[in-house]
Amino acid sequence: MNDDTNFKHPSFYPKAEPDNSHPISFYLIAWLALFILSALSYYIDYVNLEGMVRWVLITILALLKAGLIVSVFMHLAWERVALIYTILLPPILLIVMLAIFANDGNAINVLRYSLS
Amino acid sequence: MNDLVKDWSSDVSTFKIRWSKAMMWIFLISDTFIFGTFLISYMAIRLTVVDSWPDTSQVFALHVGGTDVPLLLIAIMTFILISSSGTMAIAVNAANKKDKRKTGIFMLLTVLGGIAFVSMQAFEWTKLIVDEGIRPWGNDFGAQQFGSFFFMITGFHGLHVLIGVIYLSIVSKRVLAGRYDGIDDYQIVEVAGLYWHFVDLVWVFIFAFFYLW
Repeated sequence: MNDDTNFKHPSFYPKAEPDNSHPISFYLIAWLALFILSALSYYIDYVNLEGMVRWVLITILALLKAGLIVSVFMHLAWERVALIYTILLPPILLIVMLAIFANDGNAINVLRYSLS
Repeated sequence: MNDLVKDWSSDVSTFKIRWSKAMMWIFLISDTFIFGTFLISYMAIRLTVVDSWPDTSQVFALHVGGTDVPLLLIAIMTFILISSSGTMAIAVNAANKKDKRKTGIFMLLTVLGGIAFVSMQAFEWTKLIVDEGIRPWGNDFGAQQFGSFFFMITGFHGLHVLIGVIYLSIVSKRVLAGRYDGIDDYQIVEVAGLYWHFVDLVWVFIFAFFYLW
């Protein structure tokens, strides 16, 4: 049997909103994780890591923190799929813009170097 | 993917959330683009300046006990903002359980965190402008564009924190006064929480890419 026949639209149910109740400890763990990640990224500066290692670690830590905030604190992990995609897809344009301008900046440097 | 298709094709409201929450998300997406373009333009300029970019751990060092501790104030500000995000999450949780008093108290704690953050930022700006002579058009540490990006990005973020402080103060006052009792299950607290977490989210990227990079 097709699983679609069992599908009932959420508006069929009196309580259509997802259950938003988590125990407090859940948020405290996310909070603690954010603390540790922040301390780690500060530690990178404190011990003076340089170059690629520094950049990669900073970016990874920032993305981990952002993921925690958006999914747990902003509750996006428990929202409807349609809302998740509506929120997360548009910022891809920013990554495109980032790539364009990184490329452009690189081209300017190459040009400057070749002219001097 | 199946759920996504069902959400969009079922001929009724797609997101099934309150309009206030949907509008807050739309606003936050547009704000993402504002801060995103700020940080990308900062990257584009920093990639191509002729002078060397100022060393941020030197510029933002705090003189404590005879030694310069790099980025100390910024680290404290980061921890304060994360903590205020944590108290806000607890407030939203309490609001879902309709615990009015706890919601109001934790929102006020969040407001206190926000005020502390803005005060420390005011201190940082004063130190940079008065003591170290950093201006939007130049400074003694390196590339002159540093000042304009610093003041624009942190200023715009600080303005968001300040507006959040006002916003949360009003909502917490109304929650404690019982204005939302039985009206909308304290959904407005969740919407205010989204805004506050977003301010924290933006700071994560400013901290990583402006201060640490």
